[in-house]
Amino acid sequence: MWEIGLAHYLTVAAILFATGVFGIFANKKNVVVIMMSIELMLLAVTINMVAFSTALQDLVGQIFTLFILTVAAAEAGIGLAIVVVFFRNRGSIEVEDINSLKG
Amino acid sequence: MTDLPSMLPALPEIVLALVAMGLLMYGVFSKTDRADLCTHGAVAAMVAAAVLEVLGIGTAAEGFFGQFVVNDFTRFAKLLILVAAAVTLVMGRRWLATEGVQRFEFPVLMTLSVVGMMLMVSANDLIGMYLGLELQSLALYVLATIQRDNVRATEAGLKYFVLGALASGLLLYGASLVYGFAGTTSFPGIQEAIASGNAHLGVVVGLVFVMAGLSFKVSAAPFHMWTPDVYEGAPTPVTALFAVAPKVAALCLFLRLLMDPFVGLVADWQQVVSVIALLSMIVGSFGAIAQDNIKRLMAYSSIGHMGFALVGLAAGTADGVRGVLVYLVIYLFMNVGTFAIILAMRQQGRPVEGIKDLAGLGRTRPLVAVAMGIFMFSMAGIPPLAGFFAKFYVFMAAVEVGLIWLAILGVLASVVSAFYYLRIVKVMYFDEPLEGLDPVCSPALRITMGVAAAVVLFFCVAPGWVVGTAETAAAALVAG
Repeated sequence: MWEIGLAHYLTVAAILFATGVFGIFANKKNVVVIMMSIELMLLAVTINMVAFSTALQDLVGQIFTLFILTVAAAEAGIGLAIVVVFFRNRGSIEVEDINSLKG
Repeated sequence: MTDLPSMLPALPEIVLALVAMGLLMYGVFSKTDRADLCTHGAVAAMVAAAVLEVLGIGTAAEGFFGQFVVNDFTRFAKLLILVAAAVTLVMGRRWLATEGVQRFEFPVLMTLSVVGMMLMVSANDLIGMYLGLELQSLALYVLATIQRDNVRATEAGLKYFVLGALASGLLLYGASLVYGFAGTTSFPGIQEAIASGNAHLGVVVGLVFVMAGLSFKVSAAPFHMWTPDVYEGAPTPVTALFAVAPKVAALCLFLRLLMDPFVGLVADWQQVVSVIALLSMIVGSFGAIAQDNIKRLMAYSSIGHMGFALVGLAAGTADGVRGVLVYLVIYLFMNVGTFAIILAMRQQGRPVEGIKDLAGLGRTRPLVAVAMGIFMFSMAGIPPLAGFFAKFYVFMAAVEVGLIWLAILGVLASVVSAFYYLRIVKVMYFDEPLEGLDPVCSPALRITMGVAAAVVLFFCVAPGWVVGTAETAAAALVAG
């Protein structure tokens, strides 16, 4: 039978993280999708932290995870607020409409 | 473990955090607009924190069970951060008031971001480092968007947020790998794990991710793409803040991280830092040539300056660290002075930011033109101005460890960058004035311009004072 070990968790986290980074750069439609990609990256890190914490028998990783979750919530809050303000001015949150600054 | 963790070393941060809370409550609950009072309160708190830092010079201490460390290096960095933030706050007051964005949140957010910067410089643990960095970044995202009815400012804030969050994600992923493969999050623990010789390759991979995240924060190439847009779109007082305090904080964290916990991997990170430094110098020099907006030009200029400063870090010696610290001091004065002039650029009462608007400044406002000329010559690195010494110390450090190719390419990049700095001088003195600038009405801006210009001009008279202090600070970092 399969024994699920540290390497499996790390692989899942790496795939999720790569999906998040890819989502930020490849996404051409909507800023909210970018925010979701950012959350995906942070949660991939969280999986990493918890997996390492269990493997090392060390609680620090789980404490770090709690901090990351808190900061991620604050970050999402500020991000959504900025998106709302941007929408009020521009009337759109399409990625291709974020183009008034160029050079 | 029953006694309280020793909190005294963090006294300046605690003072600032409490004042920020107090001002926030005061601003929310007072019936009238209290922006001016909050600004004065925040500046006073920063001055008080700076005095506390100065009083402690020469001592080293740890707090919070070794998660927080203060020594001469952190004090040096924090003094630079506090001076930069306090001066920007004072300089920007009039600008914000005329543009109608004077809100009491501005000084409160600025104080909170300064607390974040000070925490990240003092952090002795990956958790503390991450939280300090996020406190700083979250406050700065909001500051970039403070002019919330302006399309450009909100777009700048959105771009800064997305790329800043990406950078935090990269840094955090690196931190998780370092934690997993070194087995600890504390800096001394990581240093031990690396010194024991059996550091896993995972630690190196983690370090590369952390460095990528930090490069975003110091806007070093190839992670610089947010800088020009954010500098241009954000309100000018916020740009003035972005150009100095967060850069100083992130670069000092960079120094601390690489020279303290990861010093055992110097052979691995030296090449990465060299490449980042080289790319930044090239992007900074060539990117600025075609710009016609002065804030955008300053963005590329700061990318280039970060490249020059990283040359000192690439050396990986105490001399290199000293060079970076001297560079940061001089960078602070040059940038604060230049932004004082940019803040003062107005035509018929409205702010302008085109380079062509400076035309004929030499005739219409000779004193401002002289100050701008001094800053531009200094940034180009022309002796005997301060900018020359800044570059001299970092390049000497690089040459001493054999990074001669990096020093030569750096000098060449500096020659290219002289083109656009001198173009501004040419526009000021040899072009016909179109519609001259308004007189500088704010005494704060006049004093900042004058003091910064005097420091940059007369640095060569007594460079020993700054260099000596930087040397003590560097020694505290490299020994600790």
